[in-house]
Amino acid sequence: MADNRHPPVTDFATDFDHTDPTWVNNPFPIWDELRATCPIAHSDRYGGTWLPVTHEHVSAIAYDTENFTSRAVIVSEVRPGPMDLPAPIGVAPPITSDPPFHAMARRLLLPAFAPRKVDALEPFTRQLCNDLLDALEGKDIVDAAVEYAQHIPLRVIAKMLGFPTEDADYFRHVIHLILEEGITVTEDDDERLVEGQALDAYFDNQIADHVANPRDDLTTFLLEAELDGNKLMHEHVRGTMLLILVAGIDTTWSAIGSALWHLAHNPDDLKRLATEPDLMPFAIEEMLRAYAPVTMARMVAQDVEIAGCPMKEGDWVLLPFPAANRDPEFFDRADEVIIDREENRHAAFGLGIHRCLGSNLARMELRVAVEEWVKRFPNFELADPSAVTWAAGQVRGPRSIPVRLPG
Amino acid sequence: MRVHVDAEKCQGHNRCYSLAPELFDVDDLGNAVELNDGNVPEGLEHKARLAVANCPEYAITISE
Repeated sequence: MADNRHPPVTDFATDFDHTDPTWVNNPFPIWDELRATCPIAHSDRYGGTWLPVTHEHVSAIAYDTENFTSRAVIVSEVRPGPMDLPAPIGVAPPITSDPPFHAMARRLLLPAFAPRKVDALEPFTRQLCNDLLDALEGKDIVDAAVEYAQHIPLRVIAKMLGFPTEDADYFRHVIHLILEEGITVTEDDDERLVEGQALDAYFDNQIADHVANPRDDLTTFLLEAELDGNKLMHEHVRGTMLLILVAGIDTTWSAIGSALWHLAHNPDDLKRLATEPDLMPFAIEEMLRAYAPVTMARMVAQDVEIAGCPMKEGDWVLLPFPAANRDPEFFDRADEVIIDREENRHAAFGLGIHRCLGSNLARMELRVAVEEWVKRFPNFELADPSAVTWAAGQVRGPRSIPVRLPG
Repeated sequence: MRVHVDAEKCQGHNRCYSLAPELFDVDDLGNAVELNDGNVPEGLEHKARLAVANCPEYAITISE
């Protein structure tokens, strides 16, 4: 948010920008107002972008894979270029893939993220959380985002892929470039090209190492996988690695951070969670609903009219699942966080064929991270509410949460 | 009471499986399937209704 290069927004109904500091700090009032006035907004920014904010419209577009392509899912000034793999595969399959290729690429990965596979990672995650918490003991003020939340998915994903955990700083750098600087690997200016080539070289090294020393991890799994009787194209393997790094880290880090931020300034909820552990599954889903980190995007595949809006081929469409999750037409008391909410059909992990592939993993990490934190620090509070900062872009979560630990 | 998962609609959110593992299982891809032909044992009706009410894809239905 510090380096927003776009002019400030004065009217979100006609000129919205999801990287504007007002949106980054608190998007909920913007969505509430749009929902009441014009449920699908348009902006000329990024070469033309649409913004549905009701559950009805967000879900209709998520389900409509004929009129909306996933070929690019991060809104930027640059649309997919000649360096991209052609549709329907896209840069990072299967998130950037359309039917029918999508189903094959997804089916390949689903077993690696199915509940029982994820359950096997829970002891590792719990130990990791406890190691991080041990390092916080005895301190007065700590940063729950920097010193705790961010490390959890970084290390879990590195373990899954079989990448060295020492490279965590590099992963953070790459994710920041892609998600917050709006960089895509297809951009053609020099700095971006160099970054893209460096990342490809990093993946190539990991692939070579795994070819020489196969082991029980996701990289070896991808190298041995077959699609229609053929090994995956090299670019497909690299693209999927990119997807897992980008989609698996910032998102979960954001979800863990938002939950801890909420508990740090809602002592009643914190107390209930600390004393009524049976509430945890419902509380976790409610945190996911109220603070869903991920806004997806689509491109209009062919001219189409949605709710009277003339969408043109090539226009961007933001898919703010966090806004759908706050729609009062769909949820009772949508703007309140109710940690024992039992009926919660939230869309934090998307809807339709692109349901977050890693949702079981993310949910496990979030639950374990909150359980272990609350067990260790049943009393903690925001040290300085004004010092909390939020990530800009399509993944929203706190990047700094200074909290005071009980002495 | 019986529960039914529409395999065409299920996208593997696993909300039903985590809320009511007595009534649902998941396959290797993470998609849900009913246990016991969908028959809901006495006492688990509330869990069955919770599974229905939490499925983001409206994939689960109940027949009495």
